[in-house]
Amino acid sequence: MYDFVSGPLAWLSFIIFFVGIIYRIIWYVRGLDWQMDRVAYRPHRKYGIKGAARSIFYWLLPFGTRSWRYYPSFTIMVFVFHFGLLFSPLFLPAHNIMLEQAVGFGLPTISESAADVLTILVILAAVFIIMRRIALPEVRILTKPYDFLVLAIAVAPFITGFLAYHQVGNYRVMLTAHILCGEIMLVAIPFTKLSHFVLFFMSRAQLGMDYGIKRGGMKNAKGMTW
Amino acid sequence: MPEGILCNKKTVDEKSQLDALLADKSGKQYYEEMNHLEVDSDALWAAIQKTCKSRIRTWLEICAHCGMCADSCFYYLANHKDPKQVPSYKIQSTLGELIRRKGKVDNAFMQMCMDTAYSKCSCCTRCGLYCPFGIDMGIMFGYLRGLLFSQGFVPWEMKIGTGMHRIFRAQMDITTEDWVETCEWMAEEYEEDWPGLTIPIDVQDADIIYTVNAREPKHYPEDLAEAAILFHVAGENWTVPSEGWEETSLAMFAGDWAACKMQVESVYAAMDRLKPKRMVVTECGHAYRATVIEGPYWAGLPSGQTPIESIHYVEWVAEALRTGKLKIDPAKKIKEPVTYQDSCNYIRNGGLADVAREIMGYIAEDFREMTPCREHNFCCGGGGGLNGIGRYRPERNIGLKVKRDQILATGAKLVVAPCHNCWDAIRDLEEVYKVGIRWSFLKPLLLNMIIVPDHLKPTEE
Ligand code: HEM
Ligand code: HEM
Ligand code: SF4
Ligand code: SF4
Ligand code: SF4
Repeated sequence: MYDFVSGPLAWLSFIIFFVGIIYRIIWYVRGLDWQMDRVAYRPHRKYGIKGAARSIFYWLLPFGTRSWRYYPSFTIMVFVFHFGLLFSPLFLPAHNIMLEQAVGFGLPTISESAADVLTILVILAAVFIIMRRIALPEVRILTKPYDFLVLAIAVAPFITGFLAYHQVGNYRVMLTAHILCGEIMLVAIPFTKLSHFVLFFMSRAQLGMDYGIKRGGMKNAKGMTW
Repeated sequence: MPEGILCNKKTVDEKSQLDALLADKSGKQYYEEMNHLEVDSDALWAAIQKTCKSRIRTWLEICAHCGMCADSCFYYLANHKDPKQVPSYKIQSTLGELIRRKGKVDNAFMQMCMDTAYSKCSCCTRCGLYCPFGIDMGIMFGYLRGLLFSQGFVPWEMKIGTGMHRIFRAQMDITTEDWVETCEWMAEEYEEDWPGLTIPIDVQDADIIYTVNAREPKHYPEDLAEAAILFHVAGENWTVPSEGWEETSLAMFAGDWAACKMQVESVYAAMDRLKPKRMVVTECGHAYRATVIEGPYWAGLPSGQTPIESIHYVEWVAEALRTGKLKIDPAKKIKEPVTYQDSCNYIRNGGLADVAREIMGYIAEDFREMTPCREHNFCCGGGGGLNGIGRYRPERNIGLKVKRDQILATGAKLVVAPCHNCWDAIRDLEEVYKVGIRWSFLKPLLLNMIIVPDHLKPTEE
């Protein structure tokens, strides 16, 4: 079981993940239509690139936009959550050892204890996000079981990874469960709203081009204040 | 009965249809017929498949349901933070649901969509600035209005408006003769005070072609005279076209894209015919948005720009003040506290925030910003056609509260509102809430403040 999950299934999930997100990017770009979206993307590429870059940059910056500043505590949680979500699996020693075995090279790694801290932060942030979803009426009305499912898919690898690393329960079973959860998450990214992993950049770029080219970008040299 | 006599999927292209609609007082029969209007699900789904591309589909799909857009919407704030007013909820429960059901929806659903798209959204696009993914509910409601229009679910006044554009190429029943006569009448009326004042019609190769909002010739012809006087004093070489003078677009509010195209093409044709250097649009927000910002796309111009350079009236004013074509008498500057209504259509969606500040710097001694302001300003409450729809009057009036409180917080009693819809909304706001404020376009204020060169004054003085 472990061999299958950490071998062929891992390969399969990575392939689905990469092909999936590349497909989504191509699908997005090909679906842009200058006349339907009412943005002349091509003739004003320079304004478009500038608008897109500003739109992505300010939104990747913690407190970089009015909206991030408007909801400070949620913003901190979202950034902590996403920082852990992205960096702990990428630079985890255990992951990179496996990566080296599989493809012959690995990424630089963080220490085991740093990984632990990040993992705990991700889990705590997720708890906060869940509580906020339940507590605030304006978020509750938007929330469906699907939102909890997606959140669970994203956090499960962290919980199981943490438990496996700390050898809680049967290590072999826990590790297998962890890898399975990780694979489920990878596969879920192209097919659920987790696709915002890449579509965030696409969508932000589009609105940035919209404002950069059509909605004032050519008249206001400073560009949109996000 | 699938189609009504007045309420149906047909467009209004004949005068007789228009008259029948107008005869139906406040749309009583029209809305009664709407209750029996059949939804053509196949056509609806076909239209969605053809026009709903990756941008909107992605917006609907990746919405994190995080609620960060909630407080951005003035309707949400004005309605005591009713969760049903959260922008994401409003669009997911209408357009989102329509797509999930592949267009298989009933009459009640379509009416709910219409009520939401008009009475709960002014298409101000503010929410798009507050969503981390850049999901713009204002754009999507505009799109939804188009789908609703194609199925005949459109407020009575908007249906009439589209008919006006289709028949008269104006939002009101003003013929070319009416328009030309109004111009001549206004020039005569003011010539005594302003020797040499003319409203030049159809002059070739002018520096400026001036275009307006149909309400001006119909209800406020003095506005036209004021524009003429200011151009006259500034020494501009200008003209108005006898045809293609109307900038507004109720068709845009109604989602009648074919009529939008007809309307803007009439203006672009005037540009081609008269070959002016550039166009100045009157003090109207949605008119500028329609003809200058969106229009080129409806007309299929790949550059996304009007055939000649087009500027909003505030840009012309700022330029005239900057270059000294218009000079302000320092003694006559506005002394009292004054604030400025940033119109969504040319400020947020047109990038002219700095231009407005530049003007206020010339004309006001105590200029007070609203909070928030510039691109982040709230809609006045009357956008998206809301001012003109009887059915949604109560909802519109509730929405006005946000602007009321914003204005009161500045301490100013005078609001400069160079946008017809904003101007109307603020007038109605005063009528409903009686807070003791005044409001004005730029033209009358400027006329009271400019230094008139001696050679332009009447001789007998
Ligand atoms: C193919 C997929 C994956 C494999 C083969 C894999 C493998 C492993 C292994 C072997 C460990 C170490 C356990 C130990 O030290 O005993 C681990 C830990 C961990 N993994 Fe994964 N993993 C995968 C996917 C993921 C994904 C997608 C995430 C998160 C998004 C993730 C997050 C973690 C975390 C947070 C830890 C524990 C860190 C700590 O507390 O120190 N893993 N994983
Ligand atoms: C880079 C830009 C990104 C931004 C601005 C962003 C933004 C957001 C926001 C605003 C939320 C809402 C939180 C809530 O649910 O209440 C969210 C949720 C989430 N994001 Fe991201 N995200 C980004 C990238 C990613 C990436 C790269 C991943 C992961 C692989 C990711 C995974 C998640 C998950 C799992 C959730 C929570 C589940 C949910 O409620 O949808 N995000 N993100
Ligand atoms: S802010 Fe954006 S992602 Fe969040 S609920 Fe609103 S539309 Fe959805
Ligand atoms: S476009 Fe404006 S009115 Fe419409 S939902 Fe967004 S913020 Fe509210
Ligand atoms: S009426 Fe004025 S404030 Fe309201 S949407 Fe239109 S331009 Fe914006």
